[in-house]
Amino acid sequence: MTTDPAAGGPAATPSPVLSIRGGALRVRDRELWSGLDLDVRPGEFIAVLGGNGTGKTSLLRAMLGERRLDEGTVLVGGHAAHRGHRRIGYIPQQKIAAPGTPLRGRDLVALGVNGTRWGPPISTRADREKVDALLASVGAADYADRPLGSLSGGEQQRLRVAQALADDPTLLLCDEPLMSLDLQHQRAVSELIDARRREHGTAVVFVTHDINPVLGMVDRVLYLAQGRFTVGTPDEVLRSDVLTRLYGTPVEVFRSHGRVVVVGVPELEHHHEVTA
Amino acid sequence: MITVDPGTYVQLLALVQNSIIAAAVLGIVGGLIGVFVMQRDMAFAVHGISELSFAGAAAALLLGLNVVGGSIVGSLIAAGLIGVLGAKARDRNSIIGVLMPFGLGLGILFLALYPGRSGNKFGLLTGQIISVDLPQLGLLIGISIVVLVALLIVWRPLTFDSLDAEVASARGVPSRALSILFMTLLGLTVAVSVQVIGALLVMALLVTPAAAALRVSSSPVMVPVLSMVFGLVSAVGGILLAIGGSLPISPYITTISFAIYVVCRIIGSRARVAR
Repeated sequence: MTTDPAAGGPAATPSPVLSIRGGALRVRDRELWSGLDLDVRPGEFIAVLGGNGTGKTSLLRAMLGERRLDEGTVLVGGHAAHRGHRRIGYIPQQKIAAPGTPLRGRDLVALGVNGTRWGPPISTRADREKVDALLASVGAADYADRPLGSLSGGEQQRLRVAQALADDPTLLLCDEPLMSLDLQHQRAVSELIDARRREHGTAVVFVTHDINPVLGMVDRVLYLAQGRFTVGTPDEVLRSDVLTRLYGTPVEVFRSHGRVVVVGVPELEHHHEVTA
Repeated sequence: MITVDPGTYVQLLALVQNSIIAAAVLGIVGGLIGVFVMQRDMAFAVHGISELSFAGAAAALLLGLNVVGGSIVGSLIAAGLIGVLGAKARDRNSIIGVLMPFGLGLGILFLALYPGRSGNKFGLLTGQIISVDLPQLGLLIGISIVVLVALLIVWRPLTFDSLDAEVASARGVPSRALSILFMTLLGLTVAVSVQVIGALLVMALLVTPAAAALRVSSSPVMVPVLSMVFGLVSAVGGILLAIGGSLPISPYITTISFAIYVVCRIIGSRARVAR
């Protein structure tokens, strides 16, 4: 197990938005990792990298309060993570809405504003104004009134960003939000997320199998592999020697034209569109 | 096919007044819950529940118990089984496929054992609203209103959960509880529909109106409103056309409901209306 001494963050001045202590995750008897300490500061952009089955999504679900870690604690804003936290925004993998869905673009965003509210579905003027503002903030006003099922994956994903920002989150949890988007939409969606944390100090935890679309934005990387993990800046982690130690087998990291390519990752770990 | 003179028709109308009210309320509730049936991809479940509801009603008939009560018990058992065992869509379809013939077979057995009038027997399969007595009509209307109110209360969280259960749950929507509640409401609505148009034709009021509405709109306001109107027109229109003639009510209801769907499909393929 490799724990980066800087896991607590380089300058731990403001109190962390998210704090994990002694986190461990097991699947049946197999330990995926243990001893995870991680503090995420306001405005920080953390990428969680690793192949399938390394517990990336489970870690995110623990932050959402949807599951517990097998050991350790997860604190969000100083309190134990719990479902329905008002200040957490969640952007899932792109899921295309069925063509017959009786919702328009704006209705998807409105669910972020009042989707958990009981009672007759009458939106107030304040709700509608908030939805309009959110739509404008992600540049989705043009297709807001079109049926959800008729929008492209990239357009739907922009709307999900707007939905996740509805309660002015202090922590944005993203689970492969760029998956199956074309390059242009990958850039658009990741820039929206980056702008949000720059302008509002929202911390971002970004689970991905490919760091390249967000390489220029990421402050630190949490790299999960082979029952171990390492934490650090992209320059500290995405190096041949560091990943070789992490994987326990020779791994080479190439950097060219602002992209990172990792070669030699063991097959069982994940198959290789992996460019982390 | 009106074979009576206008004066007699008005007299008949007065006689079936309460049946018409029951059908109207069911048309509205069926149209409304149908929107969620479509969103949650539950059309097949509706059919599965209705067969067990039929078995329950047939058992009640045989044992001399309240038929509506038997229908509700059958419905809720089916809805519960489908809800618990069929959380995933694929599991669900196989569970329904297994339950459906079992329920239908059970119902046919009970009817075969039933010594009473044969009119009552077919009624459960193909509809018998006119022969439902007043207290039972009251029960049907009451159940429909309970479902209507419950749907309005859970509307937004249920919409959120139907569209994206994962995000809804992360935001604090009680996914599991909502899904159990929805299956219960669906079971109740099916039980009422079995009394009105019969177990085999329940989909005409619980699926077709919503499917038609979705063809012409995707507004979260227009779809439920249209669906309710379509359900209401089918149910009440069917009775109004049927009472003057000698044919049963159900074919009228299913034909009107189907005709509305066809028209909506044609309109929908020309231009999708956003609002």
